Amino acid sequence: MDFDLSDEQRLLKDSVVRVVSDAYGAFEKRREHQAGPRGWSETLWTRYAELGLLGLPFAEDDGGFGGSAIETMIVMEAFGHGLVVEPYLATVVLGGGFVRLGGSAAQRARLIPRIADGSLRMAFAHVEPQARYHLADVATTARPDGDGHVIHGAKGVVLHGDSADLLVVSARTAGGRRDREGISLFLVDPAATEVTRRGYATQDGLRAAEIRFDGVRVGADACIGRLDGGLALIERVVDTALAAVAAEAVGAMEALQLTTVEYLKTRKQFGVPIGSFQALQHRAADMLVALEQARSMAIYAAMMADTTDAAERRTAVAAAKVQINESARMIGQAAVQLHGGIAMTQEYKVGHYFKRLTMIENFFGDTDTHLRAIAAAGGLGDAA
Amino acid sequence: MDLRFTAEEIAFRDEARAFFRERIPAEIRRKVSEGRHLSKDDMVAAHRIMHARGWAVPHWPKEWGGQDLSAVQRYILNEEMQRAAVPPPLPFNVAMVGPVIATFGNEAQKRRFLPPTANLDIWWCQGFSEPGAGSDLAGLRTRAERQDGHYVINGQKAWTTLGQHADWMFALVRTDREAKKQEGISFLLIDMRTPGITVRPTITIDGTHEVNEIFFDDVKVPAENLVGVENRGWDYAKFLLANERTGIARVGLSKERIDRAKALAQAVQVGDGTLWDDPDFRKRVAAIEVQLKALEITQLRVVAAAARQKASGKPDPASSILKIKGSELQQATTELLKDIAGPYALPLTDPDELSNAPPVGPEWAATAAPVYFNTRKVSIYGGSNEIQRNIIAKAFLGL
Repeated sequence: MDFDLSDEQRLLKDSVVRVVSDAYGAFEKRREHQAGPRGWSETLWTRYAELGLLGLPFAEDDGGFGGSAIETMIVMEAFGHGLVVEPYLATVVLGGGFVRLGGSAAQRARLIPRIADGSLRMAFAHVEPQARYHLADVATTARPDGDGHVIHGAKGVVLHGDSADLLVVSARTAGGRRDREGISLFLVDPAATEVTRRGYATQDGLRAAEIRFDGVRVGADACIGRLDGGLALIERVVDTALAAVAAEAVGAMEALQLTTVEYLKTRKQFGVPIGSFQALQHRAADMLVALEQARSMAIYAAMMADTTDAAERRTAVAAAKVQINESARMIGQAAVQLHGGIAMTQEYKVGHYFKRLTMIENFFGDTDTHLRAIAAAGGLGDAA
Repeated sequence: MDLRFTAEEIAFRDEARAFFRERIPAEIRRKVSEGRHLSKDDMVAAHRIMHARGWAVPHWPKEWGGQDLSAVQRYILNEEMQRAAVPPPLPFNVAMVGPVIATFGNEAQKRRFLPPTANLDIWWCQGFSEPGAGSDLAGLRTRAERQDGHYVINGQKAWTTLGQHADWMFALVRTDREAKKQEGISFLLIDMRTPGITVRPTITIDGTHEVNEIFFDDVKVPAENLVGVENRGWDYAKFLLANERTGIARVGLSKERIDRAKALAQAVQVGDGTLWDDPDFRKRVAAIEVQLKALEITQLRVVAAAARQKASGKPDPASSILKIKGSELQQATTELLKDIAGPYALPLTDPDELSNAPPVGPEWAATAAPVYFNTRKVSIYGGSNEIQRNIIAKAFLGL
């Protein structure tokens, strides 16, 4: 049992924290990054590539650095702390996750070096208007066409789908709309004429897209993973993404907790710092308790994300997401409340952290969804 | 980073698991699991079985029976004990007065008290709280005046847990009324047979006799029963209270209760199925399990840091966090069991007669409400949860 980072991991952490602090330390810089044509900074993206962050989770043989979910956790926690807007989650964790965990040797050789050098941005086009959080609810179809497939359908909330160079699209190749079998995954070029994208801003200052596929044809080399057997891969990659977003949330919660304590020490009312009032002290103490509970579960999720037993992994990650959601809501709301009016303004950073944490609650499963999944599995097992 | 135990730790866990389940009498463990009254003999029997194995005082210095266990092994021992519903070795002896005597006592005191304390030949009770000194413990007023080789004690202690069984009390008494309140307190060992001591039961809301009021009326205690230095008792009390910080989360105990809740819910008929078939009920259990898992990992983080001796001496919110969440979750599990009992939570059965007369309704349901009532204490004692929040805010957040 060991919760310490290795020397390499500590170096990684130091370098990510430094680059995030340089690029995001002054909160106005975030607005500059968001103002870029893609909604994030291409300069920073290149910087992440130079630091090796974009190739981090991929095998060395494929052109990556062989990092585990712990390395991803380190990066995402630092990104959460700075409220980073670049599409690391969409490209490296989600899109890259499909290539890494489901891609053929040829697909890995073709795509991973381009992800790692920053030239290929990806997105996972999965969630459909009717599906909510049901991962197997896929109405988009892919019909055989010669040695390839033709895809028809629509996806609603595709994180960073507007700026992606390549999409991973889930589509039904067999079975009924909610069947577990019969889902397949395809690499699709969003520049094809049969693909229509409508990009939009999200509540938390990121970007997403609604994407329509009107008979776009993909070749035999476009299918990722087993034809008709894509759901297990989707679940695996989504769990990896949930572990990553748990770490991001912990970084954001820690930033809010620290900022709030600082504010309680400096803001004066009735002639004294408001942090001298016990009602506020107790809420600040509860924020710390919620943060540490969340941190424990982010670590747990990272440690369980690569577990081979899918059922065990799914309930562990679901449990982590429940705790992250509960802590995120408690800390986000308390940070706004303890700051008072200033946190209600667009200008001040606290509201932006609150909004990102709130949207994380709705990312691949809210609290109720994950609690139901744990309940259906009969509960949780032992940790160690 | 690695969440797994080593092979040696797993072997130790298996050994501890087998020991607790095989050696501690099933009848005693059943009483603990069902929240029934334990007799003094039950507690002494379980304690001595553990002590014979070296596991009543494994954290003591080796010359007095300590076992040189690692922080992880001690954690495992504690968890396995709780999950097997074994009554813990008497905390007043093993976690409180024993370590204080071993650390601050003189040689004569160590030789006289430590062996019988370890074996529970002496039953200790804790004389700290008073009617006017609860959260503000340093405000205690029981006074000890020195007169020809003795201290003469006058005053009153309150909430003295299991004081009715006690042979000796370790007490905080005021020896200097002029000094700052923390600096006029001494740590005294008091023989409960001394004339002038009166023990009066306080019956708690669950109907049990667990705590007592203890009155001192010109009680003469030999001066040699002072531990350490006069007027330094507050330091020893702080040492005592900080001693065992991961045990307070009681994760193993809450897990045992959840296991029991699941088993009972599968037996309780609701409509055509059981309570366990109700998705709302299952979701409620899952929500408790999630928080308990987070607390378990938080506790493991604290244990791992202790194992690597990374405790830095800097203010650390860990014990307060473990106390707050641990007590909340213990309470949540007793709420769950009370709700599982349904209407059969209502009939009142005399706790002392539980094993004699058959209760109204299922036997297990009779203790559901009393255990729930009794468990409200865990967020009050040992520094109330509000005091823990004060500690986090002041000592750690710097507010």
